[in-house]
Amino acid sequence: MRTAAPRNRTSPRTIIIWTLAALVGAAGWTVLALSRGEEVSAAWMVAAALGSYAIAYRFYAKFIAYRVLKVDKARATPAERLDNGIDFHPTDRRVLLGHHFAAIAGAGPLVGPVLAAQMGYLPGTIWIIVGVIFAGAVQDMVVLFFSTRRDGRSLGQMAREEIGPFGGAAALLAAFAIMIILLGVLALVVVNALAQSPWGTFSIAMTIPIALLMGFYLRVIRPGRVVEVSLIGVALLLFAIVAGRWVAESSLADTFTLEPSTLVMWMVAYGFVASVLPVWMLLAPRDYLSTFMKIGTIGLLALGVVIALPTLKMDAVTDFASRGDGPVFAGSLFPFVFITIACGALSGFHALISSGTTPKMIQKETQVRMIGYGSMLMESSVAVMALIAASIIDPGLYFAMNAPAGVIGDSVQSASQAVANFGYSISPEELAAAAKNVEEATLLSRTGGAPTLAVGVSEIFSQVTGGGLRAFWYHFAIMFEALFILTALDAGTRVGRFMLQDMLGNIYKPFRDVSWKPGLVLTSAAVVGLWGYFLWVGVHEPLGGINQLFPIFGIANQLLAAVALAVCTTLLIKSGRVKWAWITGIPLAWDATVTLTASWQKVFSSDPRVGFFQQRANYQEGIEAGKVLPPAKNMDDMHTIVTNSTVDGVLSAVLAVLIVVVIVDAARICIRHLRNPEASRLSEAPYVESKLIAPAGLIPTQEEKAELAAAGRDREVTQAS
Amino acid sequence: MTLLLRGLRWMRWYMRELTGESAYERYVAHVRKDHPTASVPSRRDFERMRTERQEADPRQGFRCC
Repeated sequence: MRTAAPRNRTSPRTIIIWTLAALVGAAGWTVLALSRGEEVSAAWMVAAALGSYAIAYRFYAKFIAYRVLKVDKARATPAERLDNGIDFHPTDRRVLLGHHFAAIAGAGPLVGPVLAAQMGYLPGTIWIIVGVIFAGAVQDMVVLFFSTRRDGRSLGQMAREEIGPFGGAAALLAAFAIMIILLGVLALVVVNALAQSPWGTFSIAMTIPIALLMGFYLRVIRPGRVVEVSLIGVALLLFAIVAGRWVAESSLADTFTLEPSTLVMWMVAYGFVASVLPVWMLLAPRDYLSTFMKIGTIGLLALGVVIALPTLKMDAVTDFASRGDGPVFAGSLFPFVFITIACGALSGFHALISSGTTPKMIQKETQVRMIGYGSMLMESSVAVMALIAASIIDPGLYFAMNAPAGVIGDSVQSASQAVANFGYSISPEELAAAAKNVEEATLLSRTGGAPTLAVGVSEIFSQVTGGGLRAFWYHFAIMFEALFILTALDAGTRVGRFMLQDMLGNIYKPFRDVSWKPGLVLTSAAVVGLWGYFLWVGVHEPLGGINQLFPIFGIANQLLAAVALAVCTTLLIKSGRVKWAWITGIPLAWDATVTLTASWQKVFSSDPRVGFFQQRANYQEGIEAGKVLPPAKNMDDMHTIVTNSTVDGVLSAVLAVLIVVVIVDAARICIRHLRNPEASRLSEAPYVESKLIAPAGLIPTQEEKAELAAAGRDREVTQAS
Repeated sequence: MTLLLRGLRWMRWYMRELTGESAYERYVAHVRKDHPTASVPSRRDFERMRTERQEADPRQGFRCC
């Protein structure tokens, strides 16, 4: 009953097409690798990426789908078997691709590569492309496949059922901790982008009334008319961006010029209120808005990059890569470039989506390649675009924007001086002009990646539309990121709360009832309080919030990927695919090495910039000796650093230990299975024959067209229209 | 001209599917086919039920970083 790889005789045309794709990719890599000192066009990066993706999708992904997973088009998916017309329903593969992509793409692939550009564009490019092909896309596809075989079970459930209660509990606890750090860091990115920016703050604030209006429209006026209300919403949103400029130039500017610490209060209050309000009021309409903006902007950016084909100004590899003393984040290329890039190459969070909504909607097992692997290739191309955007701006400006205030001071003169010490040059006048171009008071130390990306995006877009719109595009890009980060705060708080309710339900029963109001408020407050703490720390950290916290976020995300890959590897072995266990086993080994090395360095390194406990020891000594060590300005700062370093260090250690527990437990199960296969149990849903007919890939093959025609659906548009 | 029209129609179909605007029609079709005796909720009630489901399990429709 299994579907063998379609064995068409290879036509000369196919051979020519794939040879060309390979040549395009190879040409891109060659130019990127060999050019030193001269300026390289971003076109080569695009060529390297697209050529590699095409080859990987055509050959490696197909091999995994048909030879390793043995996807079976005759086997009914949960969407077909359990169709309830709501969350389980067979969805057109092109719609599901959009759905899945919109769910996995977020701020991560945009922010990570921007920060990683500190090491130059080459290390980032290599990892984004190689990482996605061999690790990230494989993880997403394999998790999607196994979850589809298990009625859409979540990663946590699969860990519990297939590994055991101990490993499962560790995985659950890790996922909760990771969620908290994620929310804290994302909120910090928004705070850093909006601080002292009346234009940005006003536009983002306007998204709240716009969303409320949309929510009311959908609830009361015309229920379910999502497309029309989204178009209205997007129009209002664009108007809010334009109006931001008027506000910034008016007497209202002071009202919307907020200090980071004030913004923290607003964010925490927003996070709490939004997560307690009914879904229809804020979350659902915001989600429609951010999906539209996300897909639209990513499309525009791809178009902009291809039309403008800007030149990369960043070095291919900077000195920070080997010295490990970069101002954006500390540590050397291995392991920190991999940690920082995070989502664009391999993201543990995707495993939660691939084992959540998507497996309940997929029509055919054969589509896991297109949905799982394909979406992740798209996400990786977003990361490549973010890296391009960060690499086309003047490196001097890049470092002035991304180094913490403690390092570059707070005047354009001191920043220019500090940048010169890094080995790059930008004059105070140029720094002032860059800020004026985008109508911001200052661009110094706008850490977090979002402002840098916005400058790069505005550069690319204004090459297409003319420089007059530069400031608009900058704020458009800020809006685009802040919008979905705020949505993620709301949605993430709800998911965190759900996990917490579940955990507390074991101790005190009523907590498990998710509609029990006191429990709801308490757990919401707890989750918001936890991420709010990290946000607060990030803003008040004398050493610079992003460069302290982003590595923990990256480690956390990559550790979650390790959990997902461990579950996949266990399942491959338990389901009789031992010989193919390396498919996820090698990425797991690599990911575990990278992340545990990073955790180890974060805990034990004797370099105070890298090791949290060394940092703590140095500042503690300073306090005892009554000395104030820069960048701390006074004793309070010294105490803050000691506390924060302790928390960060303990957290890094705990996360690493949890993941080691999961991996060891998974290894135990694998060994037990290999010794005695009869003892292990596989919780796969029973085989039911599929009655649906649907193509596997984006474009139906000849054979699939014939099948569709035989079923009386010769022109494949939809069942619905 | 017909090509343009077909393109627009496809866009409309795609947007409605992607945003879940067509969820109600799909649900009604599902109920009529599989449970012919059951009553069909109004669109208003259906949309309410959908948001309540999301409320009860926020992992549905969760988005990533």
